Amino acid sequence: MTTTDMPRPVDTGSGRAVSRKRPRRAATGGLRQAVSATTLLWLLACLYGLPVLWFVLSSFKPASDLFSYPLTLVPHDPTLSGFKAAWDSANFSQYFINTAIVCVITTILTVGVSCCTGYALAKYDNKWLKVFFVCILATTMLPSEVMLAPEFLVVRDLGLYNSFAGIILPAVLTATGCFMFRQFFLTVPDELVEAARIDGARELSIFLRIMVPLSRPIMLTLAILSFQWRWNDYIWPLLMLNDPDKFTVQIGIQSIVGAQNINWSVLLGASVISMIPLIAVFLVFQRYVMGADINAGLKD
Amino acid sequence: MTKRASDVSVSPPRRRSKYTLAPLVLIAANVVLFALFFVWPAVIGLVYSFTNYTGVGVFQFVGLDNYQNLFGDSTFYDALSRTLLYTVLFVPLNFVFSLLIANVVVSRHAKGASVARVIFFIPWLLSPIVVGVLWRWLFGENFGLVNYLIHELGGGAVPWQSNADLSLLVVVMAASWAWTGFSMLLFIAAIKNVPVSYYEAASLDGAGPWRQFFHITLPSIAPTSFIVILLNTINAMKEYPVFVALNNGGPGTSNNLLVQYIYETGFKRGQIGYASAASFVLMLILMAVAIIQLIVNRRVENR
Repeated sequence: MTTTDMPRPVDTGSGRAVSRKRPRRAATGGLRQAVSATTLLWLLACLYGLPVLWFVLSSFKPASDLFSYPLTLVPHDPTLSGFKAAWDSANFSQYFINTAIVCVITTILTVGVSCCTGYALAKYDNKWLKVFFVCILATTMLPSEVMLAPEFLVVRDLGLYNSFAGIILPAVLTATGCFMFRQFFLTVPDELVEAARIDGARELSIFLRIMVPLSRPIMLTLAILSFQWRWNDYIWPLLMLNDPDKFTVQIGIQSIVGAQNINWSVLLGASVISMIPLIAVFLVFQRYVMGADINAGLKD
Repeated sequence: MTKRASDVSVSPPRRRSKYTLAPLVLIAANVVLFALFFVWPAVIGLVYSFTNYTGVGVFQFVGLDNYQNLFGDSTFYDALSRTLLYTVLFVPLNFVFSLLIANVVVSRHAKGASVARVIFFIPWLLSPIVVGVLWRWLFGENFGLVNYLIHELGGGAVPWQSNADLSLLVVVMAASWAWTGFSMLLFIAAIKNVPVSYYEAASLDGAGPWRQFFHITLPSIAPTSFIVILLNTINAMKEYPVFVALNNGGPGTSNNLLVQYIYETGFKRGQIGYASAASFVLMLILMAVAIIQLIVNRRVENR
């Protein structure tokens, strides 16, 4: 199964240590290789980085300059008017707050629920736990896009239509999160649990007092991933929300794209603003994401 | 709850029966969510696919009519074939680029790899909607950077938006660009796990970088390659937001993909039963992909 043969979360660091031990070659051949490898690396980096750079720099151009030939990479007189227009128009600040609420609540719930489930799956061996593990595996086979209509009806029948709860609750169950915690708790020695039991600790307090604090790195990793999934989510909030006051950022951007005449100045501003929180979170917690075991990212 | 350590290690059956409440409490929330948002929709989805349900009111069972109609529906075939074409283009492109980049990033010769790795990863952070907007901005027919550069080089304007095939190609490039960072991370982890001694032995035998790549790296990372292909295939089959933001399945309806088709029939036209049938066809395709992947993976590992 895709999820059981994945490398441990910690192997990025050890891999780096290993690669440092590789023997150096003769200086001349090494220099030639260094030049060609570095050139290739940065050619590719330009290929991947330039679209974003062009997009972000364009968002600083005044609306009148956006289409004026010849196109220039760096704006002549940079302005924030596009951002201001985006923020003021179409309730964008409201969308931002809505998305933040949904992301934060979903992320907290996802981390909590996944941590509990992952611990149970790793440290207890009841038969029905194994059955439930297979059930969670099954959710990766059937992405929510496949069940759009029935899932919509279920959430509607639960009375959650047009509410944040309707976006948040279905997103809390993630196979990825459960797997990440399960893998982590498998690496925690059973003796630790046994020792606590001998000391008279009760099962749930072993979990809360010993295991939860231990799993902090995994919590952070899953929190970042979950925040990203929910921030970028589009189709489910689109289906769930009817009231423009509850729209999320992605729906807001898409509604600018769907307009009869696209206001590119507003659209660029709105898009760039929507990128900022994620890029900021990523840059701060970069090492966790880069070292993370996201092999299990079958379902978000 | 206390018990002697010797009991635990000697008799696992008794340990099993001892703890039922604690694990039950721990997984309770997830069990409820699983039942509500997975089992229930899956079951009623299957049931509705045999009905003419419209989302409200009463419905009748119509047997296999929905499925029969589906296979006579040219719009569905177009969506299906367009989705498959998109997948067939996207998966190899993503595979080649992410593998190439992962190899260059872990290469000890390349300078500035850690900064470059962040650059490769940033597109994956962007939402599919923003990716669509960004590439629409790059590939605008009258104003885009790409056509401007082509014009500067002496070429004519390329109809990136109004030609159906070119428009699909732009989405393929955009999605591949956005997903490279993710696949790259998986490949980096796999490549770093290949024992260094293999490469040392190979270079003692005089094998160059290409032979080392094809005879050591590629076979060693085969399991990861299959994961990447599987994940990307599933992601491609259910792609929707990038299309919506980039060209809205256009020009016209020529690039409507499966999920968009399901969305349009189910929610715009209120044919829940029909849309559910289409969903199950998509599900069967995804399961077939997963099963094929499992079989191939097992064969490779047993080799």
